[in-house]
Parts: sequence; structure tokens; C-alpha cells
Amino acid sequence: MRSLLSFFRMQLAKGLQYRTAAWAGVFTQFFWGFMEIQLYRTLYAAHPDRFPMTLGSLVCYIWLRQAFLALFNTWSYENELFEMILSGNVAYELCRPVGIYGMWFARNVALRVSRAALRCGPILIVSALLPAPWGLRPPAGVGTFALFLLSMALCLGVTAALTLIVYFTCFYTLSHEGIRMVMGPVADLLSGSIIPLPFMPLWMSTLLRYSPFGAMLNAPLRIYSGDISGGALAETLLLQVFWLLALGGFGWFLQHRGLKRLSLQGG
Amino acid sequence: MRLYLKFVSMHLKRSMAYRQSFFMTMFGQFLVSFTSLLGMWFLLSRFDSVGDYTLGECMLCAGVVLSSYSLAECFFRGFDRFSGIVRGAGFDRILLRPRNAMLQVLCEQIEFTRLGKLIQGVGMLIWGVAVAPVVWTPWRVALLFLMIAGGLTVFAALFIVYASLCFFTLEGLEFINIFTDGMRTYGVYPLDIYGEWLLKLSTFVIPYALFQYYPLMLLLGRSDRWQWGLLPLLTPLFLALSVALWRVGIRKYKSAGS
Repeated sequence: MRSLLSFFRMQLAKGLQYRTAAWAGVFTQFFWGFMEIQLYRTLYAAHPDRFPMTLGSLVCYIWLRQAFLALFNTWSYENELFEMILSGNVAYELCRPVGIYGMWFARNVALRVSRAALRCGPILIVSALLPAPWGLRPPAGVGTFALFLLSMALCLGVTAALTLIVYFTCFYTLSHEGIRMVMGPVADLLSGSIIPLPFMPLWMSTLLRYSPFGAMLNAPLRIYSGDISGGALAETLLLQVFWLLALGGFGWFLQHRGLKRLSLQGG
Repeated sequence: MRLYLKFVSMHLKRSMAYRQSFFMTMFGQFLVSFTSLLGMWFLLSRFDSVGDYTLGECMLCAGVVLSSYSLAECFFRGFDRFSGIVRGAGFDRILLRPRNAMLQVLCEQIEFTRLGKLIQGVGMLIWGVAVAPVVWTPWRVALLFLMIAGGLTVFAALFIVYASLCFFTLEGLEFINIFTDGMRTYGVYPLDIYGEWLLKLSTFVIPYALFQYYPLMLLLGRSDRWQWGLLPLLTPLFLALSVALWRVGIRKYKSAGS
């Protein structure tokens, strides 16, 4: 926990160095969110009956996604770590008195939280101030909000666990470009950052609900507005816990075996 | 021009030296735009239409935007990466050579992997041509190519504006992404679905609508104002403005040292 905090402080200090980049990011995310809402409003105006969620829920989904993009995106990698694996410098990491998996997990979480902390404030405030059809509404209730926060934390964990799996596959492939190139856009689509899962064909959204991708940003963003509630909510949270453990376990296993093989190569 | 062609063949040879990596990157580029195509397809199959545009009409629109964007990204990549050149004081070297600076930046980088998106853009155009209810006449075919050329001009001008701003700030200003990536993402639908104000903005401020909305209306037979077909011819004006900004930038340029 203490190592997590110190990594977090380091990343935050690093992030604060690039304030212009953060502002540019905020402005871009805000503009894109607005465009997206305009698109869905046009769709809604023509066929409100074919809308799989309420317009208000969708608007919340879009704003929260834009605000917390840094927290939940599937492409927050540190090139440094890839290079460590490829150059064999990962051996130095083994000398540290904390396990590699835990440390890198903490690093990735810290990276995401620090980036999001810099950017989410302005987007949340401005979007909450916007008038009715465009604005971010308050959450469906106090209980819902608490569950939303819980789901956010789980989502962050699942996303970070998936990122770590990508890191550790490098032990086997010895190149990170291929997997990153495929993983980025595919995970973007499947996790619902291009269009929300309910807008996909039924067979696909059902399938994805039970996949690790459904346990990512899809869960908290829909819990917030009450789009997932009741029994479905409990099921979603359980699935998130399950995938966190499953992906975490798989990542740890990859790391464990990878390090054994690495020692054979002599580093 | 001969010099430029020489650079083109050089960059082609360079990327062919690592053939596997080249095709993989190209595939990655393809994948990025393919997932957004899937998103668009899901939406259109659920709602049948966006605004009152059908799938085929949106495909035509998206094909034009994506093709022109990927062409611009391929050939004007040097401007896209210009902040690195300025910061590394590489621009000093460029100024010392007895050739036009703009030509040299243009030649610095040509990214053929971006043509992965072009493949898809052309694919969408073919799909659109096959499905959209358009009566094809030679004029309309010519108009389609004119739209792509207009798009290429506008995107190229945006890349040049982006590079010119580096003279003042030394670092790349990422908000320009709103105008390049944003148009690639949201320009797949005719611009009027985003509302009146955006259409105005993209007519008079950044002239996307000149190569997208207005000629598209003529192409789809939704408007009979033939003048709208000539609007893509106005896009070079925007390019001229960006070149003017570039000139001002060069005059202001102070080396970053190295």
C-alpha cells in the first residue's frame, strides 16, 4: 500500500509537468463528448423506441467516459516497462523487496489515477452545469452512487490486470508492437468505448456481458445512471470480482513462468 | 517535383526493408478504423438511418472522409511530426540547405503504413457506390474524386497549421487532434446531423463542409444547386492560409538549440 502511494505521488508530479497537455486533453475530450451526444440525439429523435437505454443514461455514460478516459482506457502502457522486459533489465526489478506483479500493478493504477485526477475535474464540473438534454445528471441515488464507486474501483482493477497481461506476454513474444496494435482497437470496441454495449446486436452484447470486457468501463458507467439495477447490478459486480481475480491470476502466472524462462536466457 | 518523387521512392524502399513490420503496422492502422466502422454499422443496423441518411449514403460519406484523411496522413506525415524536428533543432539543418524548407519537411517522412486506412476508405466507397441510391453519371464520378481531393487539401492544410504553431510553442499542441482525428471520427456522417451551428462552423471556420456536406448533397441528388459541386475548389484557399501562417512562423523562428 505504501509503495502504491509513493508511485502515485511520483506519477502525479510527473503529470503536473505537462499541464498544457492536460488542458488540451480536457478540451478535446469535452468537444468529442459533445459531438457524440449530438449524434445520439439525432438517432433518438428519429426512433426513440429503438433506443436501448434512456437518453439521460446515455448522456451520463458519455460524460463519465470522457471524464475518466485516463482511468479506463486500454492503452495506458509505460514504454519503460516494455523495454525493461525486452532488454533484460527486468532483473533489477527482481532485486527490489516487493513482488514484481504487485509493484507493476500499483504502478499502472497510479499512472491511471494520476492522469485522471488531473483531467476529470473540469469535464465533470462543466458537463454538470450544462442545460437539460446535454448535462450530466446526478446519480440515481446515494446507494447507487456508493455501488458506482465500488464498481469503478473494480473496473480499474480489471483494466489494470488486462494491461499487465499485455506487459507479460512480452516475455514470450519478445515484441510489444503487435499485441498492442491489435489489443488497443479491439478492446476499445468490445469494452464499449466506441459505442455502449447495449447498442450492439443482442447476441454480441450478451456475450460481452459475461466477458472480461463487460467488467470494464461498461459496468460503472451504466450503474451510475441506474441503467443496470437490481439483480443485474449484483450479477455485474460479481462478474467484475470474478474477472479481476481471473485476469490477475492469469497475469501473475504469465509473469511467474516468464521469469523462469528468462533466467534460462541468462538476461 | 523530381526531387519529391525521388524521396517517395526512397521512403517506399525504406519501409520495404522491414516488410513484416510494415504490413503489421498497416494492419494495425486498418484495425483502428475498422472498429469504428463496426460501431457505425451497429448503429445503422439498429436505427436504419442517421438523420435521414441511409447506410449506403453514410458509407459514401465515410469513404470520402477516410480516404482523403489517410492520403493526407500518409504524405503530410512530416508536418505531423514537426514538433520533434523543431525541438531537436533539426529545422536549423533544413534551413541551411539550398532548397525550399516546406518541401524538405514534406520529404522528411512519408508513412505508407497509413494506407491501411485508405484500403478501408476505398472499400467503403465501393460499398457505398453499390448500395446508395445514386444514379451515376460521369459528372457525379468526377465530383466524388473532387471531394476526395478537397478533403486531402483541407487535412493537409490542418497538418501544416499544426506544424506552423510549433514555431511559436515548440511543442505539439494536441488540441489540433479535435480537427483532424475528430473529423475522421465524426465526419463519417453528413455534418448537418450535428446541428446547424456545427455546419456553419465547418463551412466558415474550418471548411470541412466544402468537401463533405455540400457536394455530398448534390451527389446524393438531395439538392439541385450545381454551384455546391464547385465548393471543393475553394479548399485551396484554406491551404493558402495555412501556408501563409507557415511563412509567418518561419520569420518568428528561433532555434531551440541542441
